[in-house]
Amino acid sequence: MTHSAPQTGIKRWLYTTNHKDIGSMYLIFSLIMLLIGGTMALLIRSELFQPGLQLMQPEFFNQMTTLHGIIMVFGAIMPAFVGMANWLIPMMVGAPDMALPRINNWSFWLLPFAFGMVLSTLFMEGGAPNFGWTFYAPLSTTYAPPSVTFFIFSVHIMGISSVMGAVNVIATIMNMRAPGMNYMKMPMFVWTWLITAFLLLAVMPVLAGVVTMMLMDIHFATSFFDAAGGGDPVMFQHIFWFFGHPEVYIMILPAFGIVSHIIPTFARKKLFGYHSMVIATSSIAFLSFIVWAHHMFTVGMPLVGELFFMYSTMLIAVPTGVKVFNWVATMLRGSMTFETPMLFSIAFVVLFTIGGLSGLMLAIAPADFQYHDTYFVVAHFHYVLVPGALFSIIAGVYFWIPKWTGVMYNEAMGKFHFWVSFVGVNLTFFPMHFIGLAGMPRRIPDYALQFADFNMVATIGAFLFGFSQLIFVYNIIQCMRQRGIPASPQVWEGAEGLEWTVDSPAPYHTFQIPPTIK
Amino acid sequence: MDSVFKHFALKCQPSHLIPFALLLFSSLSHSEWGLNMTTSATAIGREIHGLHMTIFYVCVAIAVVVFGIMLYSIIRHRKSLGAVAKPFHESTLVEIIWTAIPLLILVAMAIPATKTLVAMYDTETSDIDIKVTGYQWKWRYQYLNTGIKDSDNAEQIDFFSTLTTSQDQMNGLEVKSEHYLLEVDNALVIPINKKVRFLFTAQDVIHSWWVPDLAVKKDAVPGFINESWTKVEQVGIYRGQCAELCGQGHGYMPIVVKAVTEEDYKIWLASQQQAQQNANQVETLSMDQLMEQGKAGYDKNCAACHQVSGLGIPPVFPALKDSPIALGDIQLHNDIVINGKPGTAMAAFGEQLTPTELAAIITYERNAWGNDTGDSIQPAEIVSFKQAQGE
Repeated sequence: MTHSAPQTGIKRWLYTTNHKDIGSMYLIFSLIMLLIGGTMALLIRSELFQPGLQLMQPEFFNQMTTLHGIIMVFGAIMPAFVGMANWLIPMMVGAPDMALPRINNWSFWLLPFAFGMVLSTLFMEGGAPNFGWTFYAPLSTTYAPPSVTFFIFSVHIMGISSVMGAVNVIATIMNMRAPGMNYMKMPMFVWTWLITAFLLLAVMPVLAGVVTMMLMDIHFATSFFDAAGGGDPVMFQHIFWFFGHPEVYIMILPAFGIVSHIIPTFARKKLFGYHSMVIATSSIAFLSFIVWAHHMFTVGMPLVGELFFMYSTMLIAVPTGVKVFNWVATMLRGSMTFETPMLFSIAFVVLFTIGGLSGLMLAIAPADFQYHDTYFVVAHFHYVLVPGALFSIIAGVYFWIPKWTGVMYNEAMGKFHFWVSFVGVNLTFFPMHFIGLAGMPRRIPDYALQFADFNMVATIGAFLFGFSQLIFVYNIIQCMRQRGIPASPQVWEGAEGLEWTVDSPAPYHTFQIPPTIK
Repeated sequence: MDSVFKHFALKCQPSHLIPFALLLFSSLSHSEWGLNMTTSATAIGREIHGLHMTIFYVCVAIAVVVFGIMLYSIIRHRKSLGAVAKPFHESTLVEIIWTAIPLLILVAMAIPATKTLVAMYDTETSDIDIKVTGYQWKWRYQYLNTGIKDSDNAEQIDFFSTLTTSQDQMNGLEVKSEHYLLEVDNALVIPINKKVRFLFTAQDVIHSWWVPDLAVKKDAVPGFINESWTKVEQVGIYRGQCAELCGQGHGYMPIVVKAVTEEDYKIWLASQQQAQQNANQVETLSMDQLMEQGKAGYDKNCAACHQVSGLGIPPVFPALKDSPIALGDIQLHNDIVINGKPGTAMAAFGEQLTPTELAAIITYERNAWGNDTGDSIQPAEIVSFKQAQGE
């Protein structure tokens, strides 16, 4: 074998082409970004604790909301899923590594530079980007601070990283499955990631295109989004959301995959409706391309456009519902135990469904005129992204960390982490439904007095939720330091899949001889 | 600071948490706690509220069934109770059923939603047309087709609506008023029971005009015109806010709509005509008057960017203290205030403010914060500056 033990010291991490090393780096990177983005969220919530301006000026508040969104979406959630894909996809399909290992190294190492650049804008004259994570023109072009150019460049770099990661996932899944593993035998996580990778491949270039048009408008006197020069500010939104809506599913499909592994394991039953899960995931991916303008019901689209996007958006509820029903049917008449990964997965199903149902409410276009750009929307997308995507990542980490590190995490601490997070997350985001319906717009640094009580509750919840993640960090560090009970290869009684057939921790190289699937 | 502390202490009383505790056990339709969407002052608004409640109850019903079955399994089918897993994992019939039922529910929801949407888009046959323009960070209202024109044949009823809440209230130095952040100098006045059509556009970035009680929310996009309409049924004051992030003053451009009877509306129109004529009259003011009005005007119109201290937030919002423009040629100073600086956030205030307000603000900028030029600019100079430009 040409491959042997890893290099030592910093070189191991800089030069590595090993999917496990790169997976670990992605996961650690996303954890750091989660803590940075979370700190910004706590600053935002602190300012909103009471009416009035206590901590910061509106200008800085806008920088915080913008960076919080960018960092959480592109720095925390997406890289965490890529990290899991790196660790798990080769082991799940019985491959020795990712198909394109050097590209894998590069796609990771672009990220620290991209986010270093994003964070450096905080120290620039004129401050960081302040136009929201959706960066609508012309606020983000003609009226933007000078740092917008650095923002555009870092979005380009993130996009390159994502596209390379997606190509790698597709190449690995299509070419490196063990003999006998046909598509309809692939684990759900592999399926959902395959579809996610195609979404990434389709929409990241669109994002790159739209930021390039911004760059041209800002520096090269074009007028793509400037009405005074014959451009159209609304066109920006169409292009952005053509990227942005599939992006939402990029952040949730791998989560569907993760819980589709965890729930069967702890219910000690096979996943109910595997085929319908695959079909539902594919349908969601397809529909995600034709619903984008539901983010834009109030921009003044013609009636026919409104109706089309209302109907197509409502349609997404059907395959999403199928997935939820399948998970519930998997639990039904199982033999359930409630270890930390299962607790987070059950919370995922419940709270993601709440986020999905409020999404169904938002799809009703006439009602959306009242919901749009209020805290109701903030509540909705935080329900699908925090107890949705983030909870699935946390569940996945607890589920697979014994395989990654070879030791069991501290179960009591894990359960404590779950309950504090569960209470915190609901205390933070549930009241936002009410203040949104009562009329509080999003992205405001200060608010009218009738919104004060629920804002105070939300801030208390946010601190509870934020600080409870330190338990998670401590638990991870203990596992990485090998403090804990050694894990067996099987780890969980009900676990099924190739990754559970190798030792814990998984050896540096696995499946150099492909296993045969019956 | 004492009042801030008192405010804080007051809000922390356990009694304020009781509504939150009760919330779990009560219907969400209690609007008095600010929990739910407004039942609105218009027919369309009530329809929307009805749709909202219907879809909400549908969601609750789905949630009860799904979570109920889940909870049942969690309680009954646990390994610790000796539950043994039943190995069923596929049923095409069940999959078809739980695809078809949601589909039917959605079709049932789509029909009334479509009906309401069609009605919302029907802007034909309006009684009154008002053009609403979003500026960073204020609203401009122009009443079209009133028949009232000024000497230049421009629409006469044309005014800006700006936040009146003081900086001291925001900074906790003063007790916050009842309508904190939701109060303006000039409210939009409309008659009840008349179809009012709004034409929305914006001067700089995208804004969004939203008054929940009118159930009107529409983006104001620079270079484009959007339409919407309302027919208010009850006399009253309805408050709203800008709903699209439009820069640092996004939270500070509220909307106040005063719905009045038709007779009161006519009286208001007449008074407005008179007021606008008075506003454009030119008087000579003393330095003290200019400085006093200038400070008020500056704090309202300029301080969001250039700061009350005149130090700005460089480089995007330059300092006015010791600035070459405030200390240099008066004509250049007039020019930038009146015409703005294209491509930047500096708006053209010539059309937004009266000659008196402009003269006072420019005088203030040239004499405040140690900018001791001693210059005083009279309203008449502003008028002649604008006339010279027009030629």
